[in-house]
Amino acid sequence: MKTSNVLLEVRDVAREFDVSRPWLNRVIENQPKAILKAVDGVSFSINRGETLALVGESGCGKSTIARVVCGLYTPSRGSVIFDGVDMAKASTSEQQQLRKRFQMIFQDPYASLNPRWRVGKIIAEPIVSHGIMTDKEQIKKRVDELLTQVGLSPQDQEKFPHEFSGGQRQRISIARALSSNPEFLVCDEPTSALDVSVQAQILNLMKDLQREFGLTYLFISHNLAVVSHISNRVGVMYLGRLVEMADTKTIFHRPLHPYTQMLLSAIPDLKMTGRQRTPVAGEVPNPLNPPSGCTFHPRCPYANDRCTSEAPKMIAADDGSMVSCHAVEERRIPIRLAA
Amino acid sequence: MTTPLPLPLLEVRNLRVQFPTRRGLLTAVDDISLSIAPGEVLGVVGESGAGKSLTGAAIIGLLEPPGRIASGEILLNGRRIDNLSPEEFRKIRGREIGAIFQDPLTSLNPLYTIGRQITETILTHLDVSPAEAKKRAIDLLNEVGIPAADKRIDHYPHQFSGGMRQRVVISLALAAQPKLIIADEPTTALDVSIQAQIITLLKKLCREHGTSIMLVTHDMGVIAETADRVAVMYAGRIVEIGPVAEVIHNPQHPYTVGLMGAIPDLTKEVERLTQIDGSMPRLNAIPSGCAFNPRCTRKVEVGSRCTTERPGLLPAGKTQAACWLYANDGANDGANNPANHNVNAPQTVAV
Amino acid sequence: MNDTFKRMRESDLWYSFKRHPLVIVAAAAALICILGALFAPWLAPHNPFDLKTLNLLDAFTPPAWTSAGKAQFFLGTDDQGRDILSTIMHGSRVSLTVGICAVALSMVIGITLGLLSGYLGGALDSFIMRVADVQLSFPAILIALLIDGVARVVMGKDGHDDVAVYVLIFAIAASGWVQYARTVRGSTLVERNKEYVQAARVIGRKPLAIMFSHVLPNVMGPVLVLATLHVGSAIITEATLSFLGVGVPPTQPSLGTLIRIGNDFLFSGEWWITVFPGVMLVILVLSINILGDWLRDALNPKLR
Repeated sequence: MKTSNVLLEVRDVAREFDVSRPWLNRVIENQPKAILKAVDGVSFSINRGETLALVGESGCGKSTIARVVCGLYTPSRGSVIFDGVDMAKASTSEQQQLRKRFQMIFQDPYASLNPRWRVGKIIAEPIVSHGIMTDKEQIKKRVDELLTQVGLSPQDQEKFPHEFSGGQRQRISIARALSSNPEFLVCDEPTSALDVSVQAQILNLMKDLQREFGLTYLFISHNLAVVSHISNRVGVMYLGRLVEMADTKTIFHRPLHPYTQMLLSAIPDLKMTGRQRTPVAGEVPNPLNPPSGCTFHPRCPYANDRCTSEAPKMIAADDGSMVSCHAVEERRIPIRLAA
Repeated sequence: MTTPLPLPLLEVRNLRVQFPTRRGLLTAVDDISLSIAPGEVLGVVGESGAGKSLTGAAIIGLLEPPGRIASGEILLNGRRIDNLSPEEFRKIRGREIGAIFQDPLTSLNPLYTIGRQITETILTHLDVSPAEAKKRAIDLLNEVGIPAADKRIDHYPHQFSGGMRQRVVISLALAAQPKLIIADEPTTALDVSIQAQIITLLKKLCREHGTSIMLVTHDMGVIAETADRVAVMYAGRIVEIGPVAEVIHNPQHPYTVGLMGAIPDLTKEVERLTQIDGSMPRLNAIPSGCAFNPRCTRKVEVGSRCTTERPGLLPAGKTQAACWLYANDGANDGANNPANHNVNAPQTVAV
Repeated sequence: MNDTFKRMRESDLWYSFKRHPLVIVAAAAALICILGALFAPWLAPHNPFDLKTLNLLDAFTPPAWTSAGKAQFFLGTDDQGRDILSTIMHGSRVSLTVGICAVALSMVIGITLGLLSGYLGGALDSFIMRVADVQLSFPAILIALLIDGVARVVMGKDGHDDVAVYVLIFAIAASGWVQYARTVRGSTLVERNKEYVQAARVIGRKPLAIMFSHVLPNVMGPVLVLATLHVGSAIITEATLSFLGVGVPPTQPSLGTLIRIGNDFLFSGEWWITVFPGVMLVILVLSINILGDWLRDALNPKLR
């Protein structure tokens, strides 16, 4: 196992938010502090050139992890290691150098571009900010190049974002992300706000660009079908913890964790195969007050006493995937094939 | 097969919804016709800007001015409802047509308990005593799966989670026992696992109460699970309509074909998703002839008719598609026309 | 440039402007006043400050349309023989200068503090907001008086006269920055969480750069409306202070000073000396306020 092949490593990262009411209110109403554990100890690594997807429902912490990886939040615990360099320990200049090598694409195409800036300026911002090029002509040519690569026209750089549709704006975001020649892109639900046909265009584009530039993607999504199309490996998150991590094919054909099985079962049956479905039980609990032990136990058909008191650790299943579940460990779960 | 068709519950004829703006008159829904039989679920699917939400809003009389119904008729049980005064429509809304909207947070009044909101709806439309109304409200909450309904009836909307709130909204929609429910993206704001629960619930309730649903959504998966028939909308027009299994497995209109190919499929692994180049035209720039023609890869098979004449819904296999490929009047060379073999069959497809 | 003009002509703002006749009239009135004030040294029929041209025999001449009026003094003359029309034009110049400069300074202070407060948050935010709260509990006039009074004491009478206008501008600015800070802070809090700001942070831009190049253009809208309305109230504040005798020095009379001077003669029959500067003040402030009101409604997306 070549460690130099690992581009990003996330080690036991946790991130908490203090959502307590103001001190005075708390004292008067005699309430304790409210700490939201958005991410509670997540570890994974991404190899060069691969696409790792993180899936989960609302409140699972996947967006928070994306922001921790990009440096928008500092982790409350644990570390993010990019190409061997611990981001928290790097000097400011080292950090600036590292920032050239990764970028982020956001979910909302309407809020991710500054409405008062022209498209050309938006795309050139990483170039100008990092001082990669200083000559105006050179920069303009580079922006022309990028716009063509994402399927827009060079004339578009004089326009404002509101003159474009959602899908076109996402292309502009992608062009901006590529302008500093990064190796790593964090994509936070990049197609969730787009129509199906536009989504197909963007996903195809992202795959093409990955092939052409050897990019590595961390792809966050709640849409399992999209994830199955674009990723090599998938990590399933629930209430801030990683419950299963495996190759895409494996996880969709042989899901181990009960939550993964439930998620797959809940996907609408587009091909109308009339497949057998386990009924989905309950709802995601309030992340401010998560259940004890394994946070999934109130909804889990296989929960026993151990599950209510002890949080399971990540173990390797026999096919190389990782899963965090007592029932799997104790071999109480029958391995099912997803239809 | 000439059995008389049962009277449809809802019939929309040549509906046109327009918006006068300072840049001109925009036609958001352009001459669509559809019908819903009693107890049937009709899906209306399309991407953003296709006009599906406006169709639902027009039917239930909630078009925001300056939008207005420019022409066409909407009939409920044979009676015209599009030309009623607001006062008369108020009696129908709730009693005969119920509504479920996308965002459960804003569909409920945060200042009133849900019990009060449900009983208010019941008392407005049905002639029962307040005690009876409260009993019915509790029964409804039980039906939609709210645990401890008799206690939770006095709770406020913010005390419910997203999925529970949507269940409350469904119970509100059903409170006055309407015959038709317009559901506009009822599951889009919910997590996938909750989505599945809500879809199952809707289907069950409507079967039990015999309520028809017009389900407006962009999610084909939800349609596949819930609807009996589906209408595909594009740029304010219906481009294909037919039984759900047919439209999904054998789409006839090139747009529907592209749409189905663009949806990533868990069961199949493809290198590239089908891509329809371009995007849906803006309302002030709708192409002449067939609205889809600039993006259509099969234009060559038909010729110039696509850019000059707008196609109506034509029989195409077991569905109907608004596409000149299926014209059987010899105007094109009918290269790939599966409709050729049943060109003489009487019009038995229930529309 | 042509592109900008074309965009302006096609914009919703221009469309709204064309449909409100009152606003067009107000804009025209304001424009005339401002141009008259700006070019006063060249446009005014007389120079009221050139002692050589003044003739005491011309004093107390009523307006030209009355029986005792003279054509060359259109609005009459004051107690020293100065042409009222000319003094009004020069006076407006001072009033507008003080008003606009005070508002500009106020905007700079308020926007900067608002951006810092909203973007950086924390203790800085709390401090700035508490200062703002405290200041808001004092009437603006009192604050201006306070600053002005301190300056007079510190600089002595003669020294003060030289810098009186600057002190006045600073005093009015200091009493008016809070509304900008609050508005900008609110908008900044909203914009800070938007993805384009996060994108800039991921790119690695420094907070100050993000505040001024990204956030500022997006929070300026409401500020422009506030500024337009503030010009009107700044002019009134200056007029009030000058009327009370603690504003501009007598060598550079503003409209307020003129009103005060004329006030002494109001009840002895020479009404025009105080009324015309007063009317000019009203027209100026009213037209600016009408413009500001229209601008606020036109820019409010919810009312479109």
